[in-house]
Amino acid sequence: MDFTTFEAAHFLAILPEIVLIAVAALVMFMDVVQKGESRRMMGYVTAIGLMAAMFIGIGFSLPMGDPKLLFGGTIRHDMLGFVFRMMFLVAGAITALITMDVKGLGKRGDFYAVLIAAVIGMNFMAIASDLIMLYLAIETTSISAYALTGFLLNSDRSAESGLKYFLFGAVTSTVMLFGFSLLYGFTGHTNLYGIAEALGAGNVPFVTLIGIAVMILVGIGFKISAFPFHFWTPDVYEGAPTPITAFVSTASKTAGFIVLIRVFIIALSTNSGVAGWLPLMMAIAAVTTTIGNLVALAQTNIKRLLAYSSIAHAGYTLMAFVAFESQPEQSVSAATFYLMTYIATNLLAFAIIIVFARAAGSDEIKDYAGMSRRSPYLAHMMLVAFLSLAGIPPLAGFLGKFFIFKVVVDAGLYWLAIVGAINALVALYYYLIVMKVVYVDPAPEGASKISITRPYQIAMVALTISVIVLGTAATPWYNWAIAGASSLF
Amino acid sequence: MDFPILSVITFLPGVVGLALLAFPEDKKELIRWTSLIAAIVCMVLSIIVYFSYDIELGGYQFEDRFDWIPAVGISYIVAVDGLSLPMVLLTGIVMVTGVLISWGIEDRPREFFALLFFLAMGVWGVFVAQDMFTLFFFYEVAVFPMYLMIAMWGWKKTREYAAMKLTLFLVVGSLFALIGALAMYSASGLGTFDMFIIQEQAEFTREFQITWFPFVFIGFIVLAGMFPFHNWSPVGHVAAPTAVSMFHAGVLMKLGAYAALRVGVVLLPEGAKFWLPYVVVLAFVNVVYGSLIAMTRKDLKYMIGYSSVSHMGLVVLGIATMNEIGLTGAGLQMFSHGAMTALFFSCIGMVYDRAHTRMIPELGGVMKKLPMVGVAFIIGGLVSMGMPLFSGFVAELPIFMGAWRAGVQGPDFIANYYAWIAIISALAIVITAAYIIRAVSAVFFGPIPEKIEHELTPIRWQDRTAIVILLVSLLALGFYPAWMDTVIKTGVDSVMAVLGA
Repeated sequence: MDFTTFEAAHFLAILPEIVLIAVAALVMFMDVVQKGESRRMMGYVTAIGLMAAMFIGIGFSLPMGDPKLLFGGTIRHDMLGFVFRMMFLVAGAITALITMDVKGLGKRGDFYAVLIAAVIGMNFMAIASDLIMLYLAIETTSISAYALTGFLLNSDRSAESGLKYFLFGAVTSTVMLFGFSLLYGFTGHTNLYGIAEALGAGNVPFVTLIGIAVMILVGIGFKISAFPFHFWTPDVYEGAPTPITAFVSTASKTAGFIVLIRVFIIALSTNSGVAGWLPLMMAIAAVTTTIGNLVALAQTNIKRLLAYSSIAHAGYTLMAFVAFESQPEQSVSAATFYLMTYIATNLLAFAIIIVFARAAGSDEIKDYAGMSRRSPYLAHMMLVAFLSLAGIPPLAGFLGKFFIFKVVVDAGLYWLAIVGAINALVALYYYLIVMKVVYVDPAPEGASKISITRPYQIAMVALTISVIVLGTAATPWYNWAIAGASSLF
Repeated sequence: MDFPILSVITFLPGVVGLALLAFPEDKKELIRWTSLIAAIVCMVLSIIVYFSYDIELGGYQFEDRFDWIPAVGISYIVAVDGLSLPMVLLTGIVMVTGVLISWGIEDRPREFFALLFFLAMGVWGVFVAQDMFTLFFFYEVAVFPMYLMIAMWGWKKTREYAAMKLTLFLVVGSLFALIGALAMYSASGLGTFDMFIIQEQAEFTREFQITWFPFVFIGFIVLAGMFPFHNWSPVGHVAAPTAVSMFHAGVLMKLGAYAALRVGVVLLPEGAKFWLPYVVVLAFVNVVYGSLIAMTRKDLKYMIGYSSVSHMGLVVLGIATMNEIGLTGAGLQMFSHGAMTALFFSCIGMVYDRAHTRMIPELGGVMKKLPMVGVAFIIGGLVSMGMPLFSGFVAELPIFMGAWRAGVQGPDFIANYYAWIAIISALAIVITAAYIIRAVSAVFFGPIPEKIEHELTPIRWQDRTAIVILLVSLLALGFYPAWMDTVIKTGVDSVMAVLGA
């Protein structure tokens, strides 16, 4: 396969992304012509555009038959990538909706356009099977994310977090790129499958291989905020505009995981390689979960709390991942399903935070006191989100955790399951403390009802329903995750 | 297909709970009546199930299933046997009386009743679930309503602490049980969570069973308040609003004992044979220690809370004897204690709502003002002491007989002392009698303290109805135990078949 044999099928495979470019252009155009209040319509256009891309994807780009390498082997058109792309599109659409009434963002066409660019980057991260393509996709996503994080130029916090995110990101990305270049140097391939073949021949020394794995892990660890590359997370999450926090903590993290799955399982899982980095990864999974949960206990700001909780959730997903050696398909499908539940749940939590911050002007947990009296339904939805994060049925998070525990136990990693169980307990504690503030503590004097505008109503109701559906009628979604996982092997 | 009555009983409360949340907040009477009617429907359905169970046939009946997540062998399976049936009935009774008792809640009644129904859904779900996943699913569904109800409507002084303590104990227990269950799933190699299939086909090695039995059994038994994992329980009782105390002591603690029996003992019988003799010792400590602590309490709710610990110790003791008579006693005690404690807590709730104190020394002469409450409390007391003709006797005697007879199992240092364990546990009843009589005489007789004299207004019709329902079920079991005894025997037979005795 080479670049001269383009076929229509190649373009059908990336049709959603082509649609997205058109949507981004449309939004930029609207940015110029729309005036006044109607400018916020760009949010709807973005959300509808992303959903349209999703349906077009389901209609025309659904991978049929065996996975294919397209565009000279730079992308792999398979079910796993497809499932992740759909997740990114949904996350992007929701992010657009929950941005619409945020001051300083909701009426900015360029904001939505950059958001779409980030989604395009993530979609390519999901399907890239070549180091060059992969790195391009990662950088497209990252640069968009840096810009989005620092978008509120007149807010010091936003600018600071944008810069911090950029500095951390640039350094880790460079280390990863160095790892990539070594990989190319030793194997002579940039394609992941080519690399796997070359490594399988056993010509690369064990120590070098581990070194390369660690370097790549630095870059990915930053993306998924795994210990010890998690230090940027709370600061950036706190300072960034909340819709972007929502986006970075869900879609961007998920994109990190698909890269992790592709690079490590396809390219680096030769026998000797696995023996080297898998124990390291197990330790990282256990420590990441524990650190995230323990530090979350001490938080007083809800965005920081969710930042640490998102670190813990990354740890859980890693737990599923590290079981892949003995349970390859179950492990990847558990991780995929967990990410689905996590995206729905965390976006819901952040949507509520945005609505509340608009009414109360604060992200401090103590200001949530009496929220259940000010707006019972908002409180109930927050309960749904937080209990799902804590892993209580009948909500999505329970099934997500259940599948992870299952695959970890199936792989015989009982110690890891016990670490996970103790962590679930710690996490339940701090989620419940927040719910206690919301339901039990008295509301401040003169606190008014909280109004929820239309885009937020749409987003939150849709997410609440998804969280419940993912936790009960999970079969179709889990089957998707399994289909994705089996297309990888 | 037959009418899926068990699924209806399980999911109706969930649907009602969601529907209640959609009601306007200020239509409080409408919310209460809707809840009451829904609860009565559930109770009637559970009575129908109870009395249409075919005792001759035995085993599991009213089975209802569908493939939930077939990719990993998760199915939704519900069915009842002789051991779960009384619990289904008990939940119905406690649900109706709980709604009646909570009639006076003025702060956010919509949320209160909705959560109560979610709790009921979880509880019913566990009692009928025959798939390990389904069981865990409902088990944890029962947890969060408890937290919120105690934290929102509980006793202001300790509610936050108590609610959190209770929740964390329950969740840590259930997570360890979950790991145990997953280990069973993984080791069985059958690729299913269906407990029927695991029970019949799984061939766990003895080492496996001995390793994992403690995870499952202790994980669940935490909820039954077994020593040394008991002290969340009285604290939770004290802080909880009346209806939640009734649910907690009446049904929720049974959940732990039932699940430990169903998942632990039945699926891992070799593990049970190895470990249960040690459990006998812990249960024995429960019985004696619980009643001694109850003796020292001045707060009525603490007293009944510790008495629950002591009585649940008898349930665990009955299970741990691993013989037919002991298990039957345990089954009867679960029902008897459930109805009795619900009665106690509803009486205490009625007194506390009026007198605003539960301290025994500050109360007196309540009988004159609230005769019905007094009579109910005294009958509850007689049940608690195991007086003949009352259900406590029917339940406790077989447990002691079972314990006496069980003395062939376990290492010598335990096996030789079963008779003593039975005797001393029976003597703990004397302690029970002491604190109950002391409380009755101090609270219900003697002069009325001036402070509370004018507070003791008559009880409502709702309260009367609740008391009557609970009394009828207790007395029916006491005077004519055969209607439950025979049902439980069919359940015990299948457990004994597994234990191979």
